[in-house]
This record gives sequence, structure tokens and C-alpha cells, in this order.
Amino acid sequence: MTGNVWITAEHWRGSISDATYELLALGRDLADSLGVRLEAVLLGHGVQGSAASLGKADAVLYVDHPALADATGEQASRVLAALAAQRAPALILVPITNVSWDLLGLLPGRLDVPLVNFCRDATVAGGVVQFQSILYGGKMAVSVAGGSGPVVVAVLPGARSPEAGRSDAAPAVEEVAVELAEGPRLRLLEYEEPEAGDVDITQQDVLIAVGRGIENEANLEVAEDLAAALGGAVCGSRPVIDQGWLPLARQVGKSGATVKPRLYVAAGVSGAPEHVEGMKGSELIIAVNTDPGAPIFSVSHYGIVDNATDFLEALAEAVKQRKG
Amino acid sequence: MKILVLMKMVPDIVEELEVAADGKSLDREYLRFIVNERDDYALEQALLLKDRLQATVTVVAPEAPEIDDVLHTALAKGADRAIRVSGIAEAAGTRATAAALAATLSGLDGVLPVDLILSGCQAIDDLDGFLAPLIAEALDLPYLGLVSRISVDPGAGTAVVSKEYSGGVMGRFEIAFPAFLGVQGCEKPPRYVPVAKVRAAIAAGGVEVVAAASGTAVNPLEVTSMAKPEETGHAEMLEGSVRDVAEKVAEVLAARGLL
Repeated sequence: MTGNVWITAEHWRGSISDATYELLALGRDLADSLGVRLEAVLLGHGVQGSAASLGKADAVLYVDHPALADATGEQASRVLAALAAQRAPALILVPITNVSWDLLGLLPGRLDVPLVNFCRDATVAGGVVQFQSILYGGKMAVSVAGGSGPVVVAVLPGARSPEAGRSDAAPAVEEVAVELAEGPRLRLLEYEEPEAGDVDITQQDVLIAVGRGIENEANLEVAEDLAAALGGAVCGSRPVIDQGWLPLARQVGKSGATVKPRLYVAAGVSGAPEHVEGMKGSELIIAVNTDPGAPIFSVSHYGIVDNATDFLEALAEAVKQRKG
Repeated sequence: MKILVLMKMVPDIVEELEVAADGKSLDREYLRFIVNERDDYALEQALLLKDRLQATVTVVAPEAPEIDDVLHTALAKGADRAIRVSGIAEAAGTRATAAALAATLSGLDGVLPVDLILSGCQAIDDLDGFLAPLIAEALDLPYLGLVSRISVDPGAGTAVVSKEYSGGVMGRFEIAFPAFLGVQGCEKPPRYVPVAKVRAAIAAGGVEVVAAASGTAVNPLEVTSMAKPEETGHAEMLEGSVRDVAEKVAEVLAARGLL
């Protein structure tokens, strides 16, 4: 494998995301082990200033085009595929985030190369890359052999720390011109902000998170009661948002918020990777779940195998008694 | 308006998963399958559009255990046509499945062209690619994933759709037909359908079966091992009655100054 390691530099609404620095850290390790260059590919319009923070890479390939202004994968995947076809990188690391979602989904098809999905680490042995991925909502870990051809790697948040991917070094920036054969088949009209007036869950010291295990909407009241007793707020994992029991602005994890409260109570939350990425930085995590094998227990400080609602009810009572 | 919904089955992870004797795949003996949750939302989006507009909904799914239940349920909920595609090996992976489905769809009578194709934007077993964008690319359709709202202007031949970004922010996009949308959610949960209606759909024998066309050959990824994840840490498990446990937790909270 002689091609370079590429990472896609993700930026959204004017900022380079933490996911980009995580990729730079992982990409740096892989490029050094393989003895190749690490190149960051920055696609956008008028964002060349962002290249300066990508110094962990040996070089930044910058493509500026009005059609790349919006965060859609439709055009970005075409541009990246054309560039990769010219320069033949060995690995293209793309973060698993909502902003990079469509780029990630479309790129393997455009390039006709395999994707290695849900990657949480990658190592090099004897010049061959071995990927560690997780599957089935975090219930299984698999090792995948890199093979001989190029691959796109979908990297889970948290594969490296973002700090490890920051650098003060100024990268060499190469501006690359591209031609887009066809116009965009979709266009961004506007961004819609979450409804104002609701609780900002990123600002809470105490969060009571409810998941599928809360069983029904009426049981949310129990969570609200505990949150009130502790001076916090209720948030949720995806299934609760899907049911319409809580608004999207209360969702923790992918699509939702990343939170770091002093206390996070995960009630009936299984701990799928998309949820865990949004809460694993909490100071104290207490999880209750009927499934002793739930992945949430591996990121929690204290765990209870029990019915979520019963536990929340009992805890609210115990808290109230202590508070008098 | 014509809508196509692609659905697939995935292992039910509520059940305990075990590794097979080969050390690199799931033990199928006790494996149960359920419909990919996001695909259920894709179907609901299609049915909501059918409720509001004149639309026909066709559901296509590769063969898998319990898939006929899913297809009969889709018919009972209001889908017009349900097609099971046989001959796609489950072990082939998502990339090969996408290639085979794209080739099959192109060859099926009266299925393509459609205005919209909807499918779940992800699945828990998508190791070597995401099904929806791979098929979108193979069919040369514009693709937008993580969609949770769709409104259609049939006269204009366009849809305005909302895609989830982070922190509760949504992007509203205009997309021209024909288009492929990867569905993440819906304004309401998938509808309930009475068992009697499903039974009626089964009795009507409404599921068509077609053989998969051979797609472009793709090599599967080489999985060298599968295991339950090694945990970097684990919670200290508290045992006892729910009252005792709650009391212990309250103690911990008090010690940390959280009360």
C-alpha cells in the first residue's frame, strides 16, 4: 500500500469540528506507521482560512467551489471522488457525523471501493491496516483486514481525542481546481433552529435521560419528578424522540446534543454508540437497565439491573427524604 | 405519484448475540430478526404521503427470516404492492446487497421509474456501506440522508425535506424528483395495524417474489474476528431491592454534593 492517508476536514457553519481533529490524530498514527503522508482534504467555499488549523497533516488539499458551500454530500462526494481518482490515496477517513453523513454514504459508491463502517480504531502490522469496528449497536466488535485496495473508513466519534489532532504547525496548502459536470440536484433552503424557550440540556448540572426502557409516555412524569427533586432536566435517547415523547432539542447524542453534566442518570437507555458519544464525558453516570449486558454499563460509574421507572421512582423518594 | 420503499431485516439486538464457531460471524441458531427500525419510519413517511396525496407505494425487501411478516404488515398498513427479492445471500454484505437490489429494481416490471425512493438511512449491520446511498448512486439519483420530514409539491415535482444536523438544528432542502431519501425519523411513530388486517393480507397472498438480478460483483470485507467488545471500564453494579439501591445511589449523590 503506497497511497497516502486522507482525512476529510469537516466544517459546519464556520467552524472546523472536533471530529476533524480526532481524524487528524488517527490519520497521523496510520500515516506514520505506513510511512506515507497525511493529507487533509478541505472542501468548501471561502473557507481557506480554516486550513491553518489542520497542521497535524503534512498538507491540506483545498477545493473551493460555490457548489460546496452547503454541507451536502451530493456534490462533495463527486469532488472528492474525482480528486481521489487522480491521486490514489490508500485510505480516506471520514467522520460518522450528521454533517458528513451523505458524503460518507455516497463516496464509496462513487469511487467503487469498500467502506469500513463504525471504525473505532485502526492499527498497522506488517504494512497492513487492521480496522476495529463495532456492530449491532455496540454489541459486537469485529476486526477487518485492510486488503490491498483503497478503502473509505467511517470513523466513530471518540476514536482519538481532538486535542491529539491539534497542532500549531502551519500546513502546506495546495489549492486544487475542480470542474463539476452537473448542477446541484438539491439545494439548502435554510437552517431551522430548535424551538426557543425549551430547556437547554447542555447547560444542566443534572440530567435524567430516558430511553426505550421507560416503556410509555406516562412514565416520563417519574423522570420529571426526579429531575425536579435534583434541580435538573429530562433528556432522552433516540427511541423516545421517535415516539414524540420529547422534542429533538432534548435528544442526547448524534442529531442531538453533547452533554457533560455533573450527574447523568441513564434510565432504560441501552447505550448505542450514537447515544454514548453524546454523554460519555459526564462526571458521574448512573445507569439502570433490565439488560445486564446493555453497553451503557461499560461507560457508567454505577449500574443497576432493574426496571427503569421503578428505580427512578425509588430514587426520587430517597432524594426527597434526604432533602427533607 | 409513485413511491418505492426499500426495507430489510437486521438481527434483533434485544436478544443476546453469540459468536459462531468460526469466530467471525454471528451464531444464527438463536438469532431473531426484526425489521430495520429506520426502514419502518421510511414506510411510515411513504404512507403519510399517500394519505395526503394520490400516491402508490411499493415495498421491496431482500429475502430474510420473517420478511414476509414485514411485507404483509406493509400491505395491511396501506402499501399497494410488496415484493420479496430472493437469492441475495445475507452474508454478502451491504455493498453486494445494494448492487443486487439496484440491478433487480431496474429490471422489474412497473417498478421504476418512481418519484421518490425511501429507505432507512442506516442499519446496525451496515459494515461495508450504507444501503440507501449505495443504491442511490447505482441508480444515479440525488440522495439526502437523515431525513425526518418530507413535504411534496406534486405539481412542481419537488419535495422539501428536513435533514437532522446536530443540536436539534435541521436543514431544509429542496430536492427534485426522482430522488432517494434516507429516512431517520418521522413526525409520528409508525402506525399500528390490527392483526386482523395483517391476516387478511396474508390470506390475499399479496407478496410477490422475484429472483435477484446479478449485480456488479463486489468482494466482501474480510472480517478476521468477531467478539463481544472488550470493555475499557464497567459500572460498579449495585444490587438489592430497588429501595436499597436507590438509597445507595442517594448516598453517592450526597457524598458528591449533588443533593
